[in-house]
Amino acid sequence: MMVKSYEEINAKLRSGKAVVLTAAEVAEMGRTATPAEIVEKVDVVTTATFGAMCSSGAIINFGHADPPIRMEKIRINGVPVYEGLAAVDGYIGATACDPDHPEYGGAHVIQDLLEGKTLELEAWGKGTDCYPRKHIKTTISLDTVNEVYLFNPRNAYQNYNVAINTTKRLIHTYMGTLLPGLRNATYSTSGELSPLLNDPEMRTIGIGTRILLGGARGYVVWPGTQYNTSKPVNTHGIPVGNARTIAVIGNLKEMSPDFLQAAYIDKYGTTLFMGIAIPIPVLDEDIARRVTIRDDQIETAILDYGSPGTPRLGQTTYAQLRSGHITVEGKKVRTAPVASLAKARQLADLLRQQLLAGTFEITRPVEMFPAQASLRSLKETETEEQP
Amino acid sequence: MIKKRFILNFPPDSGDKPLSYHLVRDYDIRINILKAEVFPGKRGSLLLELQGTAANLEKGIAYLTSHDVEVEPLEKRIRFQEEKCIDCGNCVAVCFAGALTMTAPDWKLHFDKSQCVVCELCVPACPLHLFDINFQ
Repeated sequence: MMVKSYEEINAKLRSGKAVVLTAAEVAEMGRTATPAEIVEKVDVVTTATFGAMCSSGAIINFGHADPPIRMEKIRINGVPVYEGLAAVDGYIGATACDPDHPEYGGAHVIQDLLEGKTLELEAWGKGTDCYPRKHIKTTISLDTVNEVYLFNPRNAYQNYNVAINTTKRLIHTYMGTLLPGLRNATYSTSGELSPLLNDPEMRTIGIGTRILLGGARGYVVWPGTQYNTSKPVNTHGIPVGNARTIAVIGNLKEMSPDFLQAAYIDKYGTTLFMGIAIPIPVLDEDIARRVTIRDDQIETAILDYGSPGTPRLGQTTYAQLRSGHITVEGKKVRTAPVASLAKARQLADLLRQQLLAGTFEITRPVEMFPAQASLRSLKETETEEQP
Repeated sequence: MIKKRFILNFPPDSGDKPLSYHLVRDYDIRINILKAEVFPGKRGSLLLELQGTAANLEKGIAYLTSHDVEVEPLEKRIRFQEEKCIDCGNCVAVCFAGALTMTAPDWKLHFDKSQCVVCELCVPACPLHLFDINFQ
């Protein structure tokens, strides 16, 4: 049985002899080729996704003013920035907003910075001996700040459920607007192109994996929050429903506005569409088999977002979702994605170009993610006082 | 025979004339009312699909215009900033009329304005606010 090392694959990438396919291409190849043949022929498979990832945000260092201020309350274009980090460090989350202007949030600040716009920074402090200043109002841009890098605690969910609404009223969710009476269903991941669905047990993705984040070089730095290995898997080894996640880091100054987009989801709030591409080295037959996964083999749960506890109404495949309709409770329901496959394909191609050009090398993770992890829910230990 | 959708805006004092009756009887135009908002004494707005010969449609529209009704082809009232679209699909999800579609092979958004029924659900559903529809 053929086994390849990271070093061997990188040597082939450097010498221009490597074969790199997108996950969609290798899925087609897998219809006729055996895993043994695929290990021999293919060195790296590129995967990608472009979708709303609410758990995203940026760390910014504004630089010190003269006289200096210990920023204890910070606003950028009116959006609150987390201030509990030293004097001039801040963290702006994608979903942060001024409640009076809910349509412009942290995601929009991040996008405006990336696009080179000038933004208004206002900060307040109590004034200390070493930081005497109490207030500052000025402007910043991508060029004026010292560092600005995305640190996204939970991105690239491994699979995600289908959202549907059985109630009689129209509802607004992060999975889009759901029409009453099972009249539409929405789904999110890029299916057979999706990073964590092509390496379902995370054999090649771990701490230190180099990726493309927002079109620029970035890294996987930790398991994402709500990382969950305990979801039931189907016969193809795919978790049915949302399971593993990754935490990622990348320099905003190097990213492209083509692969990062602020959004406002009606009556929900702001979020950030993130583009992520991850290379998967075809090290052995097991990985070769995993990367050939097709939309008709990836299943996910259908949940009723209109009812308390989001009850499960069944499951379906991505091939069925992509066909334009699914059948739920005997009813034919129209489907639509809420994540961009067109953008994900662009990213998978971009990563392939960089791999083939020898400008992007694959990385062996410094450490693998936990093999076992499940979720806890928040328990209420105190009952609220009755008025 | 051609079939085309128009938005009609009525002035405050035109609510009492049977204009659509004349379109049918005098110009042999088949009308299909897809959306109507009538506020007596204030304004009225209609989305009509008109079907007839080109000559009759032209005469029918001239007849409406002569009665101070503003008539504009539907597509002129819809603005969509296509160049900013990320092809996410949020608008497709709500478009029960089938005007907004996204399918294989390219999975890019396709907007067939002639299928629009001005439900306006896409306006708030688009996370980038790329749609603007003027019905009034």
